[in-house]
Amino acid sequence: MNAVSTGEQVAFWILGSLAVIGALGMVLARNAVHSALWLVVTMLNLGFFYVINSAPFLGFVQIIVYTGAIMMLFLFVLMLVGRDASDSLIETLRGQRIAAIVLGIGFAALIGTGLARALGSTFTVGLDKANANGNVEGLASLLFTKYVFAFEVTSALLITAAVGAMILAHVEKAKEDKRDQVTRMKERFRPGNYPGPKPGPGIYANTMSVAAPARLPDGNGAERSISPILPVRELSQAEAAPKGTEK
Amino acid sequence: MTSFVTAATAVDPTLETFENDIWWIVLIKLVGVFALLLLLTLFTINYERKVVARMAVRPGPNQVGPKGWLQSLTDGLKLPFKEEIIPKTADKVVYFIAPVISATTAFTAFSVMPFGGVVNMFGHQTALQLTDVPVSVLVLLACSSMSVYGVVLAGWASGSTYPLLGGLRSSAQMISYEVAMGLSIVAVFMTAGTMSTSQIVAAQASGDPVQLFGFEVTAPGWYAVQLLPSFIIYMIAAVGETNRAPFDLPEAESELVGGFHTEYSSFKFALFFLAEYINMITVSAFCTTLFLGGWRAPAPITTFWEGANSGYWPLLWFFGKVLILLFGFIWLRATLPRMRYDQFMRFGWKVLIPVSLVWILFLAFFKVARSGAISDTTRWVTTGVVAVLVLAIAWGWPSPKKPKQLSIEEELHQRPPGSFPVPPMDLQVPPSPRVRRAVAERDPVSKEV
Repeated sequence: MNAVSTGEQVAFWILGSLAVIGALGMVLARNAVHSALWLVVTMLNLGFFYVINSAPFLGFVQIIVYTGAIMMLFLFVLMLVGRDASDSLIETLRGQRIAAIVLGIGFAALIGTGLARALGSTFTVGLDKANANGNVEGLASLLFTKYVFAFEVTSALLITAAVGAMILAHVEKAKEDKRDQVTRMKERFRPGNYPGPKPGPGIYANTMSVAAPARLPDGNGAERSISPILPVRELSQAEAAPKGTEK
Repeated sequence: MTSFVTAATAVDPTLETFENDIWWIVLIKLVGVFALLLLLTLFTINYERKVVARMAVRPGPNQVGPKGWLQSLTDGLKLPFKEEIIPKTADKVVYFIAPVISATTAFTAFSVMPFGGVVNMFGHQTALQLTDVPVSVLVLLACSSMSVYGVVLAGWASGSTYPLLGGLRSSAQMISYEVAMGLSIVAVFMTAGTMSTSQIVAAQASGDPVQLFGFEVTAPGWYAVQLLPSFIIYMIAAVGETNRAPFDLPEAESELVGGFHTEYSSFKFALFFLAEYINMITVSAFCTTLFLGGWRAPAPITTFWEGANSGYWPLLWFFGKVLILLFGFIWLRATLPRMRYDQFMRFGWKVLIPVSLVWILFLAFFKVARSGAISDTTRWVTTGVVAVLVLAIAWGWPSPKKPKQLSIEEELHQRPPGSFPVPPMDLQVPPSPRVRRAVAERDPVSKEV
C-alpha cells in the first residue's frame, strides 16, 4: 500500500466533507437552482480530487466541461422555468420518503464496504510508467490509439442525441401562418382600432408609480396607458407613510 | 546560482523552479499579483475613459489628481460607502455569492500568468510567475468557465426581469465563445507541445530556420504570425468572452438597463466592475503569453541589446504588450456599434467554430507531413485528393437560388389589391420655399464681392 502523505490526508478530509455536504445539499435543497449549485460544489471538489491524485488534466477538464458547461446548461433551463418553481412536499406514495432514505443509506453502505474490501489493499502499479511522457500525452496516446473507436462512437452518439433533441424541439411555422406586412397593416387600420401608440402611464405627474393611468382631457384615467399585467392594488399604510428620508 | 543574474540572458523557468519556492517568496508574489491587478484596474479605467474621450474629441476625466489620473481611485473609494439596496425578491444567499464568484475567479486566473523569467528576489532564484502546472492554460480556461456563474447567478438572484435576461444572454454568449476560444488555443498546444504557460513562452523564443527561395531565413517565433487564423479567432472570442463592446449584449444599456448587475449597488457592484476590468486584463495578458511571445522583448530589440530579457526587464515588455492589447479593446468600444444578438450567436457558431476546426485539421496534416512520419508519395497523394475533393465540393455546392430582379413597375403591379397607395414614379418634388429664401438672404454677400 502506498503511504498517503499528511497533505493528501488533510486535502482528502476537507474536500471529501465538502463534496458530501454538496451532495446532501443537492438532495435536500427545496429550490431547483439551489440544488444545481450544491451539485456544482460537489463537482468542483471532485475536480480538485483528480488534481491532487496527479491527474491534473482530468481535474481541470472536469471543472471546464462538467462544472463550467454542463451544469451551466442545467442552470440555463432551470432559470427559464422560473424561480418559484419548487417541488411540492406532499408525499404521493405513503412511506416512500422513509423507504427511499433507508434504501439510499443501505446502497451507499453496500457500495462503500464493497469498494473498501475490494480495493483497500490494492497497490497502485505503473502510475509513473503511464505518466512517463507527461500526463496529457499519456491520456492522448491511449484515446487516439487503443480506444479511438470507442471514443468516436461515443461522440457520434452524443451528436445524434443533440441533433435529435433539436429536431424534436424545433417547430416550423406553416407558411399560411406567416402574416405579411399588408395584412398586419390592414389589421392595424381596421375601423375600431386605434393605430397610434398607446399613451404612457402618468408617472412623474403626481406619482412615481407605473400603475397610475395617464389623464384623458376630461380628467378620467386612460385605460390603455397601463400595462394589463400590472396588478391593481392600493398602497398599505406602511408603504404610504413617509420613509424618513425626506428633509 | 548568482551567475544567472550576471549572465544577463533570459532564464526560462521549469516546473521545478516553482516547486523550490520558499513560502514567503510565494507570499510576496501572491500579494504582488493582487496589488498589481488592483493598480492595473484603476489604471485601465482611467486609460479607457481618456482614450475614448480623445477619440470623441473631448477632454475626458481631468479634475482629480494630476491630469485626472486619480479619478478611478476616488470613484473606487466612493463605491463601497454608497447605500446598498437589495431587492425584496432577491435570493439573499445567491445574491451575495455571485459577485464573490466573479471577483475570485478573475483574480485566480492571474496566478498562472508568466510576467518574466527567473530573477533574483531577495537572494532567491524564483520565476516572475506565481505558480505553474503542466496544464496551466486549462487553469485559465477553468477560471473563465467558472466566472460565468457569477454573471448568471447575479442575473437570476436579483429577482428582476432585466438582470435575468442579461444573465441568460451572457451564459449563452460566454459558453459559445469559450468553445471558439478553446479551439483557437488548441493550435498553440499543437505547435508548442505543452500546456504550461511558461513553456509556451519558452517555445516562442526563437523561430525555426526555413528555406525560402534558397535563403536560410529564421521564421518569426511568435504564434501570432505562425498561427495567424488562431490569433484572429482568439481575439474575437476574447472580446465576446469579456462581454465588451461590440459584444456587450449581457449589459446592453439601451436594452437591459445594466444587464445582470442592474440590481446591484455599493460594494457588490464594485466587485463586478473590478471583475470585468480584470477579465479584460487577463485575456490581454493571456493573448500576450500565447501569441505575442510572452515576456520576451520584440524581435529587433534583442539583436541590439543582449540583456533585454534578463532580470526584471521582461516586466516592461510584458506590460507594454498588454497595454497595446487593452488599447485595442478600448478602440473597438469607441468605434463599433453593438451587434444584434442572433447575428452574434450565428457568427460564433457558424463562422468561428467551423473555421477553427478546419484550421486545426489543416495544421495537424501540415505538422504530420513536415515531421516525416509519412512518405513523400502518401503526402502528395493525400494533398492532391483533398484538394480535388475541396474543389469539387466548392464547385458543386448548391448556391441559393437568386430571385429574379424585378423592375419597380413590375413590383408595383404584383402588389395585392387594397395595398396602400404609393407616390407616382415620376414624382417631381417642388423645391422648398424656405431653401429659396435662405439662398436669397445669402445673395447680397456674393454681390458685394
